Amino acid sequence: MKRLRTVVAVGVMLAALGAGEAVWAVDTTKLPDPALQERYSVLTHELRCMQCQNESLADSPVDLAADLRREVRDQLLAGKSDDDVRAWMAARYGDFILFRPRYSWRNAWLWGAPGALLLLGALVAWRIVRQRSTLLATDYEPIEEDGHS
Amino acid sequence: MNRFLLPLGVFVLLAAVLAIGIKHSPDKGIIASPLLGKPAPQFALPNLTDPAHVVRSSDLKGRWYLFNVWGTWCGECRAEHDMLLQVHQAAVVPLIGLDWKDDDAQALAWLQQLGNPYESVAADRAGRTAIDWGVYGAPETFLVNPQGVVVYKHVGALTYQTWTREILPRVSRTTPAGS
Repeated sequence: MKRLRTVVAVGVMLAALGAGEAVWAVDTTKLPDPALQERYSVLTHELRCMQCQNESLADSPVDLAADLRREVRDQLLAGKSDDDVRAWMAARYGDFILFRPRYSWRNAWLWGAPGALLLLGALVAWRIVRQRSTLLATDYEPIEEDGHS
Repeated sequence: MNRFLLPLGVFVLLAAVLAIGIKHSPDKGIIASPLLGKPAPQFALPNLTDPAHVVRSSDLKGRWYLFNVWGTWCGECRAEHDMLLQVHQAAVVPLIGLDWKDDDAQALAWLQQLGNPYESVAADRAGRTAIDWGVYGAPETFLVNPQGVVVYKHVGALTYQTWTREILPRVSRTTPAGS
């Protein structure tokens, strides 16, 4: 009996959570096709709200974000590709609107930096290892073991 | 000596990267417009003060103009208005207004009450033109040259400093002396 009550209580709480989420949702746009809806959702989540700057279009309640979401919806319905929509947005608001930055010659060094740093690190590590091994090779003193002598 | 060279090099590189980052940080509130150096977006919108007519970007070709985005719902726009009246008085470059997502009656009342600095005001009721111009807040002001290219953008209320340091020099450089 007690167990049943717990199950019911947890169920009610979960239901309340779900209901809450629906109420909080800023964007309730529905597209006719689930595939389009999915693309719409991905796009609005990776485009920045320019007024709030650290929120995505999907999460922002401001007017401009609603206008830009409508723009995304209309362009998807008109058969534009995801890249078309991103390019359209970037042409007006700059790359800053894209949470997922595009590769360009201006930020190429950023994309290449991790590889270059890894290479640099490997070089330094290799030099240290080689130095130590030459030191060891010329070191004839017996190694003292702490606590065992 | 040699062993300090690498750390020093890394330090200089890091300092350079951070300096660039600080200088261009969007957190300073100003996001460089991709429109700079590009043709101004086309528009054809009803004239706020004369609904029978249309304000067309193509009619503005061949001369300088300041494109000022405002709305009666925008507090900074009221703060900016006196500066706009001064710009109008100076008669160096015409002001073209874009009344962004506004109520026509309220906008007309605003102009009547505070004075109208604009040569014409385009009513962008749906906000489509503002998006084409990459506007993300009002007020914003764009300087467009006679070839129809955007040469400067100011975000926020137009100040006397911006007017004298950024706008006037650009306009007078190409305008024949005395005109």
